[in-house]
Order: sequence, then structure tokens, then C-alpha cells
Amino acid sequence: MKHPGRMVRQVLSSMLRKPATVRYPFVKVTMPKRFRGRLRFYAERCIGCRLCMRDCPTDAIQIRKIADKQFEADIDMAKCIYCAQCVDSCPKKALESTLDFELAQLDRDKLRQTFRGQPPASQKPPEDPQDKP
Amino acid sequence: MSEIRSRNVTIPIGPQHPALKEPTSFSVTLSGEKILQVGVRLGYNHRGIEKACESRSFIQSLYLIERVCGICSHSHSSCFVQAVEEIAGLQLPPRAMYLRTIVAELERLHSHLLWLGVAGHEIGFDTLLMYTWRDREIVMDLLAAITGNRVNYGMNTFGGVRRDISHEQKADILKAMDTLEERTKYYISVATEETTLIQRLSGVGVLSHDDAIRLGAVGPTARASNVKRDIRKDDPYAAYDQVPFDLITSDCCDVYGRTLVRVGELMESYKLIRHLLNNLPDGPLAVKAPRKIPTGEAVSRYEAPRGEDVHYVRANGSEKPDRVKVRAPTLANVQAVAHMLKDRYLADLPIVVAAIDPCFSCTDRLIDLTRDGDGRCDVITWGQLHDYSMRWYKGQGMDLAKLNNRFKCGESS
Amino acid sequence: MAGDLFYILVFPGFLFLAVFALIADYIDRKLHAKLQNRIGPPWYQPLADLIKLAAKEDLIPRQVDPWLFKLAPVFAVTAVVTAALYIPIWRHGTPMSFNGDVIVVLYLLTIPTLTFFLGGWYSRSVYSMIGAARSIMQLFAYEIPLFLSILAPALLADSWSLGGMTLFYAHHPWYALFNAVGLFTALISLLGKLERVPFDIPEAETEIVAGSFTEYSGRLLAMFRLALSIEMIVGAALIAAVFLPFGLNLGGPAAFGLYLVKVLGIVAVIALARTVFARLRIDQMINFCWQFVAPVAFLQVIIDLVAKGVIAR
Ligand code: SF4
Ligand code: SF4
Repeated sequence: MKHPGRMVRQVLSSMLRKPATVRYPFVKVTMPKRFRGRLRFYAERCIGCRLCMRDCPTDAIQIRKIADKQFEADIDMAKCIYCAQCVDSCPKKALESTLDFELAQLDRDKLRQTFRGQPPASQKPPEDPQDKP
Repeated sequence: MSEIRSRNVTIPIGPQHPALKEPTSFSVTLSGEKILQVGVRLGYNHRGIEKACESRSFIQSLYLIERVCGICSHSHSSCFVQAVEEIAGLQLPPRAMYLRTIVAELERLHSHLLWLGVAGHEIGFDTLLMYTWRDREIVMDLLAAITGNRVNYGMNTFGGVRRDISHEQKADILKAMDTLEERTKYYISVATEETTLIQRLSGVGVLSHDDAIRLGAVGPTARASNVKRDIRKDDPYAAYDQVPFDLITSDCCDVYGRTLVRVGELMESYKLIRHLLNNLPDGPLAVKAPRKIPTGEAVSRYEAPRGEDVHYVRANGSEKPDRVKVRAPTLANVQAVAHMLKDRYLADLPIVVAAIDPCFSCTDRLIDLTRDGDGRCDVITWGQLHDYSMRWYKGQGMDLAKLNNRFKCGESS
Repeated sequence: MAGDLFYILVFPGFLFLAVFALIADYIDRKLHAKLQNRIGPPWYQPLADLIKLAAKEDLIPRQVDPWLFKLAPVFAVTAVVTAALYIPIWRHGTPMSFNGDVIVVLYLLTIPTLTFFLGGWYSRSVYSMIGAARSIMQLFAYEIPLFLSILAPALLADSWSLGGMTLFYAHHPWYALFNAVGLFTALISLLGKLERVPFDIPEAETEIVAGSFTEYSGRLLAMFRLALSIEMIVGAALIAAVFLPFGLNLGGPAAFGLYLVKVLGIVAVIALARTVFARLRIDQMINFCWQFVAPVAFLQVIIDLVAKGVIAR
């Protein structure tokens, strides 16, 4: 039957329900395991094939040779569109997407990260192992 | 009062306006509250994506094409990969077909729920907005869990898909479908029973069956005018020829009809997703695609949530596409909007525009600069454009030349 | 004299009203959010909004008459605060009461709408002008039903002062039940007056940006906003005094507490209304008011006249 105020009962019942809003950033949100967040580079695995560079749509990643069989990666998080194509292209699993999505920065330079040897300490490893197919 | 009524005013709706979340401009001539004339101007958000694809490899273009639209990103990327797969003669594994279809239907769910909320907002019914968007989060979370992102899913790749659906995820999706189905039934009852809502939707934005065909409307806009047009039925792609579902149409021919069609399609999508998940074939996710796509061309069609999406791709045997052309569904529907608005009230404008579920930045493909008067088309260089804008601002009393050289030719900040 | 000044400026005058209006505003917004399954703003949000607006620059369009532009919001606030002085809060009548004050209150409550019109019309912006025209069209639609439904109880009480009316209903509490229909139409008209959903047509955001207020900013906009909030509680208080005249005999704090409850109850009803309805179109709103609300309000007048005849006998 048509009548005005069809939603009255529903909205009144909302009074008793928990709000759907999440109090971010006071309450942290975790991303699903497959989330494609900030990239991470394992220098020891890299063989310098540069397949990641070739497939990256935004030129966000640069692989540089620093010594024999040693490579470092320059990743511009501001350019990166988090498509994870580099992760898929890499034959040695030297790249990985983490769950970190809080990338906002006031200073653009802080988004440019260079990974050498060990990943920098600020890179906390994700709690769960990635389930990548 | 008579003075107010008799004066014609032209008001700009857009490019920045609370009713439009995207830059497009309607200049509306009003007599009192009645609309006499509507001029539509597109092109504020032309991003040159098609051209940019030509200087990128196919795989790079895929991610660019995906960003034609945020809401129907899967539609554009699927449409593009379909075309490329056709040129390369790739045969997709059945599981990939099914997974692509599942994500496509999930996308339709979140897009239609989004639309329902936007429609509510345009007519001042924010409660509907809050409720539908709350429920839309369920779909967004599913998409994020399956594909790894909430909007640009990155699900497709040439020759298949990149992510699988695990057993637990399947259970999650099926559970979510039940919740959403129940919620949708409630929204259907609200849409068909709340008087103020019906008053604002019914008889508004009328597009007759013949006009819908004449103006080339697509998607829910056409189906609400009882045009049985749906690429999923007419030219099945992915797994749509293997699943049963109904084509939803309505003969209301107005915004109310468009609402009914969309909520009806939501119900169909739940059915579709259940069927697809329960019959998901085993097998690999993708076949290997070559980097160099052989010479050839293809047109691919896809039923996006907003209507038929068309992509044309031409390959020349290299790593990069020779030409890419995108026709987003909004472009097909925008003609109908101007027609629907004639002689209506100003108050109906937001909802009539919203009813085609417009996506203007997807539509903005090319700008033709026509000179006032003779209608001639000019191509002007960056330098000329720069000088022209300097002159224009000077005419407005602002001298931008005095600012530092940040805006000088060729440089980007 | 000092007492009067206190009465006008502090309690229950401007200061009290401003604070109460902010509280009512908060309750309205919080309730709206809760009903929509959201969290809603923190308690200080209305005040924070006001302070923020007050701290902003006042932009005055070049073509407008600055005096009119600046005076419109001042008049709006003054009018609603003045109207509040005649509405009984914790006793029958107020120091300002006189026979006929109910008419004065109704007219004072019309002034804000007129200032919206003037402010909008002389803003020289197409959105404001359309908003202003809509304000005034809407005024014609809800004003008659509002007058009819407020004056009907006065007919029954045979008094044209709010104090007299409350006194009458205090002696004959059951007679207030005769006015149930009027309560309903008065609430609908109040929604129109406050420009709230479903009647927020003059400031329909998705059509005409902010209607009359489009060109306003800074302190002037803050004043308009405050005027609307105060108008909400004054309108609610008027309806409470006329249709729910209970408990004024309790005197002092108890009566005052009851007054707050009544007003906030009406604010809650307004919040509910704006949650469950869609915005009507101006033509639909006018038709609705003339074809439904006005006749029903007229019915209220007839009920009261008949009741009065029966009582007199
Ligand atoms: S995630 Fe995508 S954009 Fe980012 S570096 Fe990898 S390939 Fe490039
Ligand atoms: S694709 Fe992998 S192995 Fe090759 S250069 Fe990039 S990170 Fe190193």
C-alpha cells in the first residue's frame, strides 16, 4: 500500500542498532589479505631482469644495479597506481604488495622510497602471509 | 509574482554544482520554474586516454583503460581485453570466464546500489542514500577481498583473470548475497510504496519507447522505456550464454521505471552470482598471452551497469596498440537527457540527469573546438591556447602573466 | 528595567535562546544521524560551525546594496528572538504578554522568511533569486494553514493572548484534545516555515545550491543559520504552548523542565520527518498545502467553533 513515511519503522529501529560508520582513524581498519598496498622489495631475490620496469604502467619503479648481482629499487609511491603488475611480472617474487594503505604524505619526496639490501625498518612486515594465487 | 514568472533566466548547472559530482555543464533557460531549453556541454574532463594508450604497451594500456571509469572499471577493462583477446585469437579457460562474470555482476551490484543512493540524494531523500551506501559496503568489501582493491580491481589480464575465488570467499559471497537480497527487497518496497518518493519519480523524465530508440538510449535508460536491449542477451560475452537470467524491462518510460529496472536487475544479479559460483568450473585462471599482438582489429561490446560500452582496438603486430577507441554508455544516453528535460520543472533536473546514471569523465573522449558562428573546426597549438587563456583572463581583469612562470608553455608543474 | 533587559538579553531572551537553539540543533542532527544508522556529530558541532563561520570573511557581492544585504540576517535573528519573548515558558504568560500577542508572534515568525526573500532576491545571483522566489511562494502555501491551526485553539479559549490560552487549557485540560487535528497541521506548516525536508524546496541543494543563502558567507550566514535554529525552537515552543499546554501549573523548575521536554520532543518529530521523506517539488508542495493542509486546518476551526457552542450551552 502506498503511504508516506514508509521507512519510519526501519529508521526508528536504527536507533537501537550500532552505527554503520567506522571511527577511522581512531579505530584502525585492516585490509583483506589480497590488498594491493605499499610495495616492498626484496633486494636479495632480484636478478635485475627489469621485467617489472617494462610492465609498470606509470614508470613508478626503477631498478638500478649497484654492484655485481646487487640491485636496488626506487619506487615512487606517488606515481604507483598499485596495480601490482610488477608483482605479477617478477619471475623471482622480489616484489610484494603489503596491506599498508596509509600513504598520505605532505611531502612528496617522502613517497619516493629506495630499497636496498634489507627492507628499511619502517617497513613493518604484514601480519598475515599473503595469499597470492 | 507575475514578474518573477515572466522573466526568463538562464542558470548554469555545472561545471561545478552540488547536483553534479562531475564536471559537465548544463545551461538551463527557465521561465519561473519551467525549463524552456537545455544546453549540454561536455568536455571538461577530457584526459586523452585513448591517445595515451598508443604510446604504451598492451598490458600498460590495460591499467590505464581500467581507469576510464572508477565505478565501472571492470567493464572498461573487460571490454578492452575482450577486443585484444579476439585479435590475438586467445581462448579463455572456462573458469576465467566465470570469474570475470562474477566480478562483472558484483560491479553491477555496487553500481546500482550507488545509483539508488544518488537518486535518493538528488530528491532530498538522504536516508535512502545512507542506507543503500551502507549496504553497498558489503559488495565493496567482497570486491576488495577477491581482487585486492575496492575500485580499480585489476582483475583482468589478457587471456584470463589474475585472482581466484577461494572456498571461504565463495561462502562469504553466498552469505552476502542473501543479506543483500533481503535488503534489496526492502528497498523495492520503499520505492514502490513511499508516496513522496513516487511523487518525485513518477511521470518525470519521460522518454517514450520510440524516442528511446531514436535517440539511441542504452542500458537501464532504454530498458525502462521497454526497449529490450542488453548486450548480455543480444551478444553474449564471458559466461553469459551459460547462465539463466531475465531481461528486466519496464513500460513506465520515466525515472520511476528506471528505478524499477535497476532494482530488478539487482535481484537478477544475485541469482546470476549464485548460479555462477555454484557451477564454477575447475581449471587454470589464464592462458599465456603474447606480448606482441598480431595485426588486426576488433570491436568489443559489453553491458556495463550504465549500458552498452564499446571498445575498438587496432593492433599492428607490435607491443603497442595502434588505435584504441572507447564509447562509454553515458555518451549514448546524454542526448536523451536534453529531450527528457524539455518543459519540465527545474526541480526535476537533478534526478532526470541522475537517472541515466551519468559518468561524464568516461564520456569525455574528444573535444572539437568550433569557432563561434561559422562552425569551423580549428586545431590550435598549446602555445596559442596559452595565449588565448592569458588574453581571456586579462579581459576578466586578471593578469596571469604577472604570476611566475609556472604556467609557461610546455612545462608541467 | 534591569529585569526587563535581563529578560530580553539573557533569559529567556537572546542568550538562552542561542544556547538552546544550538542544543536543539545538535539533537536534531544527532537524531537524524542515528536514524540513518550513522554516528553523527559530536555535541559541540553546532557551536563549532557557528564559530567557524563567524571567523570567516564576509564576502559581499559587488552589485548588491550592502546595507540591505547585511541587515537581512540581523532582522531575522531579532524577529525570532522577539517572538520568543511572548511565549510562556514556566508560567502562564510572560511579562510582555498582552491580549493579541498570539497574532504578533505569528507575524514576527513571518519576518525571517521575508528576510530570506529580501536577502536572496537582492543577492543578484540566479540561484538566490530562484530560492527567494520559492521562499515566498512557499510562504503563501503554509502561512494560512499555520494561522488557522494556531488561531483555532484561541477561538475555543476565547483569548487572543498566549497566556490567556494556557490559563484556559490549564483549567480545562481535556479541551486540549479538541485541537489534535490542529497540532498535526501546525507541525506540517512548521516544517514549511523552517524549510525542512520535505519542504526544503527554497534551499534545495541539488537544484539551486543554497537558495537564498548562496551568496552569504561568514558572520552573516552564521546569523541566518542561527535565526533558523532559533526559529525552530520558537516555533516548537509556540506549538507546545498552544497544543500541549500541560504542566504550567507546576511552576518553577518543573514547568521549565517540561517545557524543554516538549520543545525537544517536537524537534525530534521534525528530525524524524526530514529522515523519512523525499523533498517535494514546489508545485506539489503548494497543491498539498492548499488541497490537504488548509482544509484540515479549517476543519479544526469548525471543530473549535462547534465545541465552543456546545460548551457555552
Ligand atoms: S604496482 Fe603497478 S604502478 Fe606500482 S610499481 Fe608496480 S606496476 Fe608500477
Ligand atoms: S622483475 Fe623482479 S627480478 Fe626482475 S628486476 Fe624487477 S624486481 Fe628484480
